[in-house]
Amino acid sequence: MLRGTPFHSRTGALCQSQNWRRWAGYVVAGSYELTHDREYYAIRSSAALIDVSPLHKYMIRGPDAVRFLDRVVTRDVSRCALGQVLYTPWCDETGKVIDDGTLARLGEETFRLTAAEPNLRWLHDNAAGLRMTIEDVSDSTAALAIQGPASREILSGVSDAGVDGLRFFRVTSTNVRGIPVTISRTGYTGDLGYEIWVDSERAEALWDALMEAGGPYGITPAGILALDVARIEAGLILIDVDYVPAHRALIESRKSSPFELGLGWTVKLNKGAGNFVGSKALEQEKRRGSEWQFRGLEIDWQSLEKLYGEVGLPPQLPTVAWRTSVPVYANGKQVGYATSGCWSPILKKYIALAHLQSGHAEPGTKLQIEVTVEHHRKRAAATVTETPFFDPERKRA
Amino acid sequence: MSKEGGADYDAIVIGGGHNGLVNAAYLARAGKRVLVLERRHLVGGATVTEEIYPGFKYSVCSYVVSLLRPEIIRELDLPSHGLEILPLNSTVTPLPNGDYLARWADHDHTRRELYRHSARDAEAYDDYGKLMYHLAFAVKPIMAMVPPDPTSLSPKDLRGLLKLGRHFRSLGEERFHALFKLMTMSASDFLDEWFETEPLKATMSASGIIGTFLGPRSPGTAYVLLHHYMGEIDGAFRAWGFARGGTGAIAEAIAGAARRFGAEIRTEAGVARVTVKNGRATGVVLESGDEISARVVVSGLDPKRTFLKLIEADQLPTDFVDSIRRFKIRGSSGKVNLSLSELPNFTCLPGEGPHLRGAISISPSVDYLERAYDDAKYGDFSRRPYMDIIIPSMIDPGMAPPGKHVMSIFVQYAPSDLKGGWDETRREAFGDAVIDTLAQYAPNLPGAILHRQVLTPWDMERDIGLTQGNIFHGELSLHQLFFLRPAPSWADYRTPLENFYQCGSGTHPGGGISGASGRLAALTVLQDWKR
Ligand SMILES: Cc1cc2nc3c(=O)[nH]c(=O)nc-3n(C[C@H](O)[C@H](O)[C@H](O)COP(=O)(O)OP(=O)(O)OC[C@H]3O[C@@H](n4cnc5c(N)ncnc54)[C@H](O)[C@@H]3O)c2cc1C
Repeated sequence: MLRGTPFHSRTGALCQSQNWRRWAGYVVAGSYELTHDREYYAIRSSAALIDVSPLHKYMIRGPDAVRFLDRVVTRDVSRCALGQVLYTPWCDETGKVIDDGTLARLGEETFRLTAAEPNLRWLHDNAAGLRMTIEDVSDSTAALAIQGPASREILSGVSDAGVDGLRFFRVTSTNVRGIPVTISRTGYTGDLGYEIWVDSERAEALWDALMEAGGPYGITPAGILALDVARIEAGLILIDVDYVPAHRALIESRKSSPFELGLGWTVKLNKGAGNFVGSKALEQEKRRGSEWQFRGLEIDWQSLEKLYGEVGLPPQLPTVAWRTSVPVYANGKQVGYATSGCWSPILKKYIALAHLQSGHAEPGTKLQIEVTVEHHRKRAAATVTETPFFDPERKRA
Repeated sequence: MSKEGGADYDAIVIGGGHNGLVNAAYLARAGKRVLVLERRHLVGGATVTEEIYPGFKYSVCSYVVSLLRPEIIRELDLPSHGLEILPLNSTVTPLPNGDYLARWADHDHTRRELYRHSARDAEAYDDYGKLMYHLAFAVKPIMAMVPPDPTSLSPKDLRGLLKLGRHFRSLGEERFHALFKLMTMSASDFLDEWFETEPLKATMSASGIIGTFLGPRSPGTAYVLLHHYMGEIDGAFRAWGFARGGTGAIAEAIAGAARRFGAEIRTEAGVARVTVKNGRATGVVLESGDEISARVVVSGLDPKRTFLKLIEADQLPTDFVDSIRRFKIRGSSGKVNLSLSELPNFTCLPGEGPHLRGAISISPSVDYLERAYDDAKYGDFSRRPYMDIIIPSMIDPGMAPPGKHVMSIFVQYAPSDLKGGWDETRREAFGDAVIDTLAQYAPNLPGAILHRQVLTPWDMERDIGLTQGNIFHGELSLHQLFFLRPAPSWADYRTPLENFYQCGSGTHPGGGISGASGRLAALTVLQDWKR
């Protein structure tokens, strides 16, 4: 049946809403309280504790680990320093994204790759003839994100050395109250924050330590509803929502390349290691130009007010982030579709992430997005923007 | 087509199997006066529910439905005649070592379970599913199409072939190759390219051997794997399942639709032969000696019975009779139906659980299946047979008295040509082998049996009228499919005799409860009528 994560004894006791969501064969809290507002604000103003154990995790070890990873992912792994973490997608032969995740260099020949979908078979298929091993540690490793402005202080307070000076997208091995962990300064919120990787057996003890130490700072367990709002503000894509993984797509047009997902910066066509899976196709796409772009949309408040005003209402906005495909128009013609959106409590803006045809994706372009006002489909004005929508200095500082 | 009046009926359909009934319903729907003649006391043929032991209903032969054409469900409005298909969506394979392999309705749940056996297979399973989905989508039009004759130059046949060609080109190279492999490989070899878990490969390959006289390692068995995925893409959402009331309820629903359109259905009215004048069918003679005339006669019996029993040999071209004689129709399957005082208690999953509401497959390894086939190859029934089991009363409690159960066990192999021949003793020995095998996985089973019905090909021939007990009216091997089913140049439901048509499972697209043959034959008859 569906399984709880290694933190389930703790999250289960706290989840007053009984709002559980499925994630990769596990159940995790959607929200702990009846509404997720406080959990969201913890991410932005104090600290939130988020169970991210359902991520798939693979340990890749061996003298050819770098060679292997350079063959699979789009980033340049040979330039990944010890203790560095890379965010990277990986592609199929046609340069379409299979999945995305983080790659942490834990040792000279040791990496941990996280993925949203099971990828063991794909990794194995690409490892033929190389001197390295791939171990699926998804179940044996639990993961906990502590995110928010207070996260550094809380975490340094309970861990041995290493956290205070840990830079953005770096990783270190240390102990939290005697529990061996690795801590990376990464997360899915676009805020100051860390992800803590721990042996599943010690998961509960880690949770207890952080909850106790974070108490004075207002640490709050947060569910994935709050996380969803934060990640949209941060412009971070979500598999199966913002893109269809290439291996699951039933038709070609459902697939996206990294360029089409706003991940062009992760595509290193001139790696020292040479070609990687999909690099030929990506090279061509780069030369030719991509058909699609992935952008932010800011939905015009006055336009919303006008549409709702016509039926005698103030604008009604969804209280949780939405994850449906919503058409986007330019001069009456559909030029794209938004795949997730929410009211941003911190920016006080209605925002969305959208796939737009390249001709209509310049930041500043005025478009229209479909909104359903009292059962009728209307179009509200929206402006193309760069992402992230929200990018606080503390994230990198 | 003769326009002369005076015939008793516009059309006589011989055999009230589900295909005959579908055929009659479509003809009646078009305003024809139709008579269905069924030899037994009830309609349905291999699609019947019977209460042989009081209070317990057996889906005597066929037991699950997945291929029933959605257009038939729609056009005959079968739900309004009582068709209800209940979900049946897990398959558990108990293993001799006390473990099991399960595939559940939920994707994550299945992945976890497969992962327990092989991390690789857990992922390959999704990719495999995607490929099969595409291939089923590609093959689907064939299922609903009158086979064109590739040797004919008629515009209609050429158009049909062209359409097919274009269709397959659209598949793309990689999938076209996969389809070609599927057409030529053995189920076991094909699955070896994907999976490493033995019980997974065995259970999947089993769908390739059902109804054939082949083993999982025989070439050509891979193709049938596709059929499993057909149901999924076919519009009739969740059409894979158990018909409430047993498969007989499907036949009853179709009969109800036929009657509503005005068809007459007569049971205990076996047909002795078809009357032929000047190369044209003119009616039938019943076993009782009564004669009934009709402008058109359609046979829903298998090709052997249709052409070698109902028609005098000298009325048909010799080469045609030869190809019907060569048509392979060896039976290989048996069926055991049980009335139970309590549920089977499987050692691998003790107690009452969701596994008892799905299929249970005795197919621990490909070797196991191949060994079962070896017995049959040399004229014996399998000592340790392959079995596909469901407990209908767990899905539809109306199948047994409260708290009691019925079990349906499909078994392979039981060769029609048993060395020394079948008789009652051999039949019960076969039944014993089945129960004995099953008892290794569910030790309480023998003690729970209140009644048992064993069907061998011998029984199926005698009771249901299936030549050699072949469950599909002829093997579903590639040389007997599409424009070759049942004979070259006669795959379009017409026959060498004018006004005489065929509509049983021995015609394209072949066996199983699909109704496609019955429907396509009716459309062909109606088309000729217009000429
Ligand atoms: C044991 C078994 C298990 C099966 N399991 C499944 C399954 O789970 N799912 C599935 O989809 N398919 C299954 N099948 C196959 C499926 O049942 C058949 O392919 C299908 O029912 C055949 O239908 P039909 O109408 O073509 O022929 P039939 O059902 O064979 O109908 C022919 C009819 O003609 C009658 N008849 C015969 N001779 C005469 C005569 N001289 N005069 C008048 N009437 C006559 C017979 O009594 C019969 O009613 C199974 C078959 C068997 C035998």
